[in-house]
Parts: sequence; structure tokens; C-alpha cells
Amino acid sequence: MAATLLEMRNIETFYGPIMALRGVSLEVPEGKIVTVLGANGAGKTTILKTISGVMEPQKGSIVFGGKPIHRHEPDWVARQGIAHVPEGREIFPFLSVYENLMMGAFTRHDRAALGGDLEAVYGYFPILKERADQPAAYLSGGQQQMLVIGRGLMARPKLMLLDEPSLGLSPLLVQEIFGIIRRLNEERKVTMLLVEQNANMALKVAHHGYVLELGRIVMNDTCERLRESEDVKEFFLGMKEEGARGRRRWKRKKTWR
Amino acid sequence: MEVLQLLIGGVAQGCVYGLIALGFVLIYKATEQVNFAQGDILMIGAYVALTLIAEAVARGWSIHLAFWLALPLTMVVMAAFGYALDRVALRPIIGQPQFAVVILTIALGFVFRAAAGAIWSTEPQTLATPFTGKKIVLGGVILGAESLAIIVGTAFLSLVLFAFFRYTRVGVAMQAASQNQLAAYYMGIPVKVIFSLIWAISAAVAAAAGILLAPIATIDPNMGFIGLKAFAAAVIGGFGSLPGAVIAGLMLGAIEPFAAAYGSRAGLPKGVPEVSSYIFMLVVLIVRPQGLFAQIYKKKV
Repeated sequence: MAATLLEMRNIETFYGPIMALRGVSLEVPEGKIVTVLGANGAGKTTILKTISGVMEPQKGSIVFGGKPIHRHEPDWVARQGIAHVPEGREIFPFLSVYENLMMGAFTRHDRAALGGDLEAVYGYFPILKERADQPAAYLSGGQQQMLVIGRGLMARPKLMLLDEPSLGLSPLLVQEIFGIIRRLNEERKVTMLLVEQNANMALKVAHHGYVLELGRIVMNDTCERLRESEDVKEFFLGMKEEGARGRRRWKRKKTWR
Repeated sequence: MEVLQLLIGGVAQGCVYGLIALGFVLIYKATEQVNFAQGDILMIGAYVALTLIAEAVARGWSIHLAFWLALPLTMVVMAAFGYALDRVALRPIIGQPQFAVVILTIALGFVFRAAAGAIWSTEPQTLATPFTGKKIVLGGVILGAESLAIIVGTAFLSLVLFAFFRYTRVGVAMQAASQNQLAAYYMGIPVKVIFSLIWAISAAVAAAAGILLAPIATIDPNMGFIGLKAFAAAVIGGFGSLPGAVIAGLMLGAIEPFAAAYGSRAGLPKGVPEVSSYIFMLVVLIVRPQGLFAQIYKKKV
């Protein structure tokens, strides 16, 4: 078992009076991809936002590389080596593609290595090199998603938080993005915490998975075993099982209820 | 010749509008706050320069040395003032509704005017500069050295700012923070410090405008009301474009003397020249509500 890079313990986060995370604990081992699955509003994005310091947890602790990181400003957290790749293509629209990527490296001071990393990002996403001098706003949606991931990589993070990288992308692009996520993990040993609605893809690429429901972790297993679980099959992968009477029961209970 | 004469005087005045508008837009773009005390910061900058120059001249320094030392020193002092202002007064109300910031900056303007009146008296004063009263004759056009200094100074400042935002790491980070604050946080950019730095730049630019304006106007606690016209320039420019603010400032400045010179000849009522800039603003707002040079980005979903 690899060393734990990030450990979240009993985190409770609120949006005003609404409790979004109800005591979430999870671990991300070094060098692995961990995924969090869950429906809309389960609190997946809130987990990532709490880690990166945009939201402050009311209770609990987050330890990254042996250092507590909760109750710190988000820019401080980023400087510790966590790159948050937000959902919804949060680019800098009027900066060029190149400038967007260089902003990803804002926290770095090893200027010499930047060129090599830039080439590596261009290697993963050749289209970004082609359009390096154009304003990022002119990129297509999928290209913007590539830009956001590439920008995260430029920080040379110890941990990457990926929030729905497949959102709104064509099936082909989804394949491509997940292929690159796997390559990043294998070739560059980037540890990742991946939040996804596309459970099928996420379970294929990740090593370990958590299932989140209404702010609680309800399952926690290796992705191989999660793929075999009846609940995950039915509620995330959309596979239907024949009922005992030849008809599907319309109100099947989840095993964790 | 008359046209050229009017144009140059107007452009010089417009440069001042442009610089103040630049300050408005800098702060608005980054923090989405409108700083209605911008003109009063200009006024304080002018007083600081006045004090520094008077002090230096009293010690027997030449006016040239005094002025060229006081100019950068005033900008540094005012930059520190702007930084502190954001840190102490504006940062605590981040997240409050827009109008809280508006009211706060308007109130700060009152405080600054009152304080300036108390410290430096409400009597109008003139700033002695190396350019005062000098004239340059160029092919029949008489240029006041003050006007020329304003134009050159504004061009120089605009270039420096352009290079800063375009080519330095902090400058690009400022653009990034203003375009997408959350993403800037995720990149590890210390957004709050960046905002304070933007207030510092904006205050320094206002101070420079104050020093450049002082020779062609007088310094008194109410000189900051020129900020209202600059605000119109910022609106015309689109309130989001730095070059737009400067260009719109120049346009306003250029319109005024023509409205004054030809307006009375055309039999327009007396007040027309004074309100010409606002009439222009209204026309622009009706024809092109987003302003002349607006940057608009619709997020792809």
C-alpha cells in the first residue's frame, strides 16, 4: 500500500444552513487515482472545493503530505502542490492559450523546467500548441477542457483534483481525455482525485472509488469490486437486472439503506 | 490653425480624464468595485506633490530637481496609500452587496475632501512646475508646455502600464485574477494581495494625473470632482477596457473645447459645453450600451 498523500477526516461543510458534507472521510494514496461517484447534488464538487480551501469545513480535518491544510486560503493550498481543475472550463478568456498555461505555473520558481513541461502539455494536447497565441475564449468547449487540465499540469502538482473532466464533451473526446488522465498517472505518477458523473469511465480509469450520496460516503472499495457491485451497476452504470418474477421491481432498495 | 490649437488643448485635458478613467477601470475590472473616491485620490496626490515640492524648494533645491523627485515619490506614497486603503477599508466588505462599496467610496471621498481642507486649507493653490508658463511655438500653433507635458506623461504612463500588464508575471496574473477570480485562486495566485496592488497602481496613476493636471488648474479640495467627467469617459469606453478608457477620455477632452468654441457661435445655450461630455455619454449609451470598446465574453456551456 502506497503512503497516504491526502487524508480527509469527518469533514462537515455547509452552504449557509444546508449541510452539504455530512462527515466525509476519504484517503488518497500517493500515485493512485481515486474517484468519487455520486448523483447531482451529492456533494462531489463540495469535497474538492473544501480540499482546495474555497469552502471552509465546519468540522473535521484535511491533512496533505502530513500537513493540515483546512482553514487556509485557497492560494496557500495551491502553493502546497494541489492543482484544482474546476468543472465548467474555468479559463482566463482574454489571455492567450500560452498565457493561460503559464498562469498554471504561477506558484513555480524553477523557470528552467517550465519549457520542458510546456512541451509535455503540448505533447498531450497538440491542439493547444497550434492555437497557443489565440485568446482562450476562441477555443471550442473540448479544447477549453484540455486547456484547463493542461494548466493544472503546469503546476507540476503532487495532487490533482479533477472535477468532471468529461462534462459536456462528445463520447470520443471523453475517451481521449480519460486516456490522457491514465497516461498522466502512469507516465508522470500524478496522484489524482477524480469526481465524475460518468461512472463507467471513472471506474475504468481509477484504482479506488467512493460512492457519495447526499453528503455521506456510502461505499468505499477498489474500482474492480465497485464495478461488480449490484448497486453501482444499477444506479450508476444503468444496467438492469431481471427481477425474480420476470419483471423489474420498480422500487428496489439500495443495500446501504 | 484654430482647430489644431483647440484639439491639442482638448487632448491634454482628455489625457487627464483618460488617466482617471484608467484608475476606475483598473479597479472595476479586477474587483468589480467602483471607486467613486478616485478623483479625491487624485486631489490628495496633487497636495502631496505640492507639499513635497514646496518643501524641497524651501531648502534651496532647484524647481527642476524638486519636481522630478517629487513626481515619482508622490506616486510611491499614493501607491502605498491605495494599497492601505484597500487592505483596511475595502477588503473587509468583500462579499457585501455592490452598493455597500459604492456608498463606502463616496463616503471616503467626503472624508478625503474634509481632511484635505483641514490639512492644506480650502484656498486654491497653484503647483509650481518646470513647465509653468513656458510656450512652444510650432508652425503657428502655440503649445503650452504644461499641455505637452500632460500628453507626453500620459503616453509614457500608458506604455509602462501596457508593458506591465502584457509582459510581467504579476501583470498577467492581475489580468487573470480579473477575468476569473476563482480560477486564479486555484492557480495559487494570491488574489487579495493582487487586488490591493491594483488599488495601489490605480492610486499612483491618479496621483500622476493630479500632478499633470495641477499646472493647468488649481489645487483645492474639490478638484477631485473632475472624476465625474472621467467616470463618463470610463462608461463611454466600456468600463472594462483600459485602452478604451484612455481613448474615451481623449474624445471627451477633445469634444469640450470645440463645443465651447463653436457652440456659442452656433447659438447654443451657454451651458452646453459643460454638459457636452454627458450628452456624448448618453448618445453612446443609447447607440452602443456596452460602451465603445467593451470586452464581452459569454461562457461556453
